[in-house]
Amino acid sequence: MKARAFDYARPASIAKALAAFAEADGDASYIAGGQSLVPALALRLQAPARLVDIGHIAELRGIAVEAGWLRLGALTRHVDAHDHPLIAAHAPLLALAAPHVAHPAIRNRGTLGGSVALADPASEFPAMMLAMGAEMEIAGPDGTRRVPADAFFVDLYQTALEPGELLVALHIPVARPEHRCAFDEIARRRGDYALVGCGIRLAMSGDVVEEARIALLSVGPTPVRAHAAEATLTGATLDPDAIRHAQAALMDDLDPVDTPEVPAAMRRHLARVLLGRLLAQIAEAA
Amino acid sequence: MSATLPVTLTVNGETLTRLVEPRETLADFLRRDLGLTGTHAGCEMGVCGACLVMLDGLPVHACLTFAVQAAGTEIATVEGLTESTVIADLQRAFHERNALQCGFCTPGMLIAAQGLLARLPLPSRAEIRDALSGNYCRCTGYEAIVDAIETVARRRAAGETAPRFAEEPA
Repeated sequence: MKARAFDYARPASIAKALAAFAEADGDASYIAGGQSLVPALALRLQAPARLVDIGHIAELRGIAVEAGWLRLGALTRHVDAHDHPLIAAHAPLLALAAPHVAHPAIRNRGTLGGSVALADPASEFPAMMLAMGAEMEIAGPDGTRRVPADAFFVDLYQTALEPGELLVALHIPVARPEHRCAFDEIARRRGDYALVGCGIRLAMSGDVVEEARIALLSVGPTPVRAHAAEATLTGATLDPDAIRHAQAALMDDLDPVDTPEVPAAMRRHLARVLLGRLLAQIAEAA
Repeated sequence: MSATLPVTLTVNGETLTRLVEPRETLADFLRRDLGLTGTHAGCEMGVCGACLVMLDGLPVHACLTFAVQAAGTEIATVEGLTESTVIADLQRAFHERNALQCGFCTPGMLIAAQGLLARLPLPSRAEIRDALSGNYCRCTGYEAIVDAIETVARRRAAGETAPRFAEEPA
């Protein structure tokens, strides 16, 4: 349970971090909070020759609203998603999801950028990036670029980040007054990885859904957008019939695999139940 | 073996510099290099919560942070919190309520509890349980632990101060 020896670099800027990574000829990892990486190193699932500690780079910090977007520096911690007033006001799905992420001590140290860059399909924040229509700001040798969440999550633990590139910030379109959000997950024990989780952002005009974004976690190799369920809701009055139609359509969105502990049919059932609950919750509050 | 690096940090109020191997966790650093064995190394993968310490005032797993990453931070271990008496009332309530059996989880439980009460002075039992969700007690004495923390929350809210554990009359 001890990590293999590695060489350690602590750059003070994004440019120096990219250079420190490049020097290691691909055999490096960035480390921020380390709440997923350190266990992986301890278990020797990973053993990079170099760790590039980005935890002291000031450019990667900061929570600010700019021109309709909430910009979260990659080093924003899970506990900030829990507590920060700008996140509560402008990205309520993050605040709703935060209490479900691991345990308090992990949330004190884990970073949003780290969670999104790791792209664990069972993690809450990557799925919320999809539900909120976030964009990822990425720095690389050729400059910075922005990738929408829908194009960011590629496959299991695989994202649009190329080796050596660094996730710099998360940009989230600020919540509008007509947005109604809900999040919940079903887990065997509090803090465990969810069997299934779901975040919803509906743009409502009275009780009519004008736009729907629904993302699920723990149902596939990546966080999953529920496009079919969204389509049935768009333009519909959010009543019990519409909710049933969305639940039925959700079955077309999901194709989880059987695992020894959780058969695919069970995961699909739980997802359906969860979607129904969350939509009913939004309908009741409307 | 990779080369050692100097790391300067403050532990229990004392600023110190030591040479560490980058792969040494903060938990191993505290235990082996500083002899502060109150921080327990259990699972060493962030699951059991026995190694919690305060890092800049918030509970974190000492097994999930490399000592080199803690440069410039302020660490408080269960020894430091005991010395400064800030958790004396928690320790007393744990003792009164028999909220420990083997005691292995206790340092982590105390730090989790202290972190919770700093954030949420009067938590419900459900909130206490949630705050302890990352702390395993293999003797399964959870009920007594929740009782003890609830008692301390009430006592603190009422402005009661506990005598230091070691100063109890015999």
